[in-house]
Amino acid sequence: MKLVTAVIKPSKLDDVRHALSGLGVQGMTVTEVKGFGRQKGHTELYRGAEYVVDFLPKTRIEVAVDSDMVERVIEAITQSAKTGKIGDGKIFVYDLEQVVRIRTGETGPGAL
Amino acid sequence: MTVPKTMVLPAVLLLMAPALASAAEPPALNQANTAWMLISSILVLFMTIPGLALFYGGLVRTKNVLSVLMQCFAITCMVSIVWVLFAYSLAFGDGGANNAWLGGLSKALLAGIGVNTLKGDIPETVFAMFQMTFAIITPALVVGGFAERMKFSAMMLFSLFWLLLAYVPVCHWVWGDGWLQKLGVMDFAGGTVVHVNAGVAALVAALMLGRRKGFPDTAMPPHNLTMTVIGACMLWVGWFGFNAGSALAANGTAGMTMMVTHIGAAAGSLTWMFCEWVRFGKPSVLGIVTGMVAGLGTITPASGFVGPLGALAIGVTAGLACFFATNYMKRKLHVDDSLDVFPVHGVGGIIGTTLTGVFAATTLGGAGFTGDITIGKQVMTQITGVLVTGIWSGIVSFVLLKAIDAIVGLRVTTEQETEGLDTVLHNETGYNL
Repeated sequence: MKLVTAVIKPSKLDDVRHALSGLGVQGMTVTEVKGFGRQKGHTELYRGAEYVVDFLPKTRIEVAVDSDMVERVIEAITQSAKTGKIGDGKIFVYDLEQVVRIRTGETGPGAL
Repeated sequence: MTVPKTMVLPAVLLLMAPALASAAEPPALNQANTAWMLISSILVLFMTIPGLALFYGGLVRTKNVLSVLMQCFAITCMVSIVWVLFAYSLAFGDGGANNAWLGGLSKALLAGIGVNTLKGDIPETVFAMFQMTFAIITPALVVGGFAERMKFSAMMLFSLFWLLLAYVPVCHWVWGDGWLQKLGVMDFAGGTVVHVNAGVAALVAALMLGRRKGFPDTAMPPHNLTMTVIGACMLWVGWFGFNAGSALAANGTAGMTMMVTHIGAAAGSLTWMFCEWVRFGKPSVLGIVTGMVAGLGTITPASGFVGPLGALAIGVTAGLACFFATNYMKRKLHVDDSLDVFPVHGVGGIIGTTLTGVFAATTLGGAGFTGDITIGKQVMTQITGVLVTGIWSGIVSFVLLKAIDAIVGLRVTTEQETEGLDTVLHNETGYNL
C-alpha cells in the first residue's frame, strides 16, 4: 500500500477529487496549508507599508491506495492539477505499513 | 388722491413691531434648529462609537482589536463626565477678564442651565451636548498615534489631561470668544480645534513612545479591513452632523456645508485612489477610505465658508497631500504613527485651515470675509491659528507624556506587546472562533 500526498493549487481541488473518484479511490483527506516553493510569495501594500507575504495558500490532499493503483493515481493528480504555470505543486509517495478501519477492525488493503 | 398720513403711520409701526420686539427680548427657541442640533449631536457621537472605534479597530492586529475599541469607548465615557463637571464651562463659559484665554467656572456642573436656558435660539443643553461630542472624538483620534503599545492607565491619564490642557483652551480660543476668534481665525467645524490639535498630539505621542516592536521590518497588516470600511462609512455619514451641525441652525449655511462636505469626501477618496493606482499599480480599499477621511478632515474648517468648487479643490489637494505625507512619514522617516493620524488629520487640518482663507473669498465662490479683508491677510491669520494650535498641542502633549512616563510608565513591556494588549490589559480576546 502507498500513501500519496500532493500539495496543489486550491483552485484545482475539485478537478483532482473528480479524477480520483473516476479511478475508484474511496476516500481522501484535505487540508488547507501554507508554504513556498519556486513560486515565492507576493507583496501586500497598506497605506504605503509594503509587506512581503512569503507563504502562499495551498491545498494538501492525502490518499491511501493499493500499490498497483499508485501509478494511475499519480497520473490522475498530475493531469488534473496541472495549469502549466509555476506553483502547480508536488506529489510525494510513501510506503504505507498498515491501515485499520476503526468501525470493523479490518486491516490491510481491505480497509482502504 | 393722497393717502392720509394718519393711515400710513400705524401701518409702518405695525411692520416695525416684530423688529423692535426682537431687539428688546432675547431670541425665542427655534424648533427647527433645535431638532437639527439634536440630530447632529447624535451623528457626531456615532462618529466615535462605533465609527472611529471600528475604523481603528480593523486597522490593528487581531491581538489588539479590543484595546482600541476599549480606548475609544473609555474616552467617550470619561470625556462626557469631565465635560459636564467643568470642561464645558472652561471652554464656553464666561471667563470675565481672562476670557481671551479661558472660560470661567460659572457653568461648572452645568450650573444655571435648565430646561428653558437658551444658547442662541437652541437649548443650551443641546449646545453643550453637541460640543461634548467634539470633545469626545478629538482625544479618541489621538489613539491612532500610540495604538498597540500604550498602557491603558497611561492612555486614560493622557486623554484626561490633554482634554483639559490642549482641547479645552484651543476650543475656547477659536469658538468660545477667545483670542484666536477675535483675531479672525476662520474654523467652521474644527480644522484647528480638532484635526491639527489631535494630529500633532498623535505625532508627539508616536515619537515619544517609540516604534512598535518590529516596525518597520515586521508585517503589521490591518486584521480586518471590512471592519475598517464599515467604520469609515459611519464616519462619512456622521461628518454631516459634525460640519453641517456646526452651522448651529437648520438653514442655508447648513445645506451648503453638507454639500461641500460631501464633495470634499468624494474628491479626497478618488484622488487617493488614483495616486495609489499610478504609484503602486493597484487601487486599494484602504486607500480609498483613507482618502475619504483626509478629504473630510481637510474640508472641515472650510465647510461653512466655501462653495462647491472650493470644496472640489480642497478635496483633491487633501487626497494628494495626505497621500504623499503618509508615504513619506512611513517609508522615508520611519515614524510609527500607527494609524497615520498626523499625515491624515494633522496635514489635512493644516491644509484645510489655510485654504479656508483662500476659497472663502466671494470671487472663488465662497461666503466672503468680514470687512474688507483680503485673501492674503486672511491666509496669514489662518496660518497663525494653525501654528498656535500645533505648537500648543505639541508642548502640552510632550510635557504630559513626560510626566505620565515618570508616574506610571507609557509603554507595556516588550513581552506584553508581543502577546497583545487584549489579553495582557483586558483579559479578553476579540475573536473566539
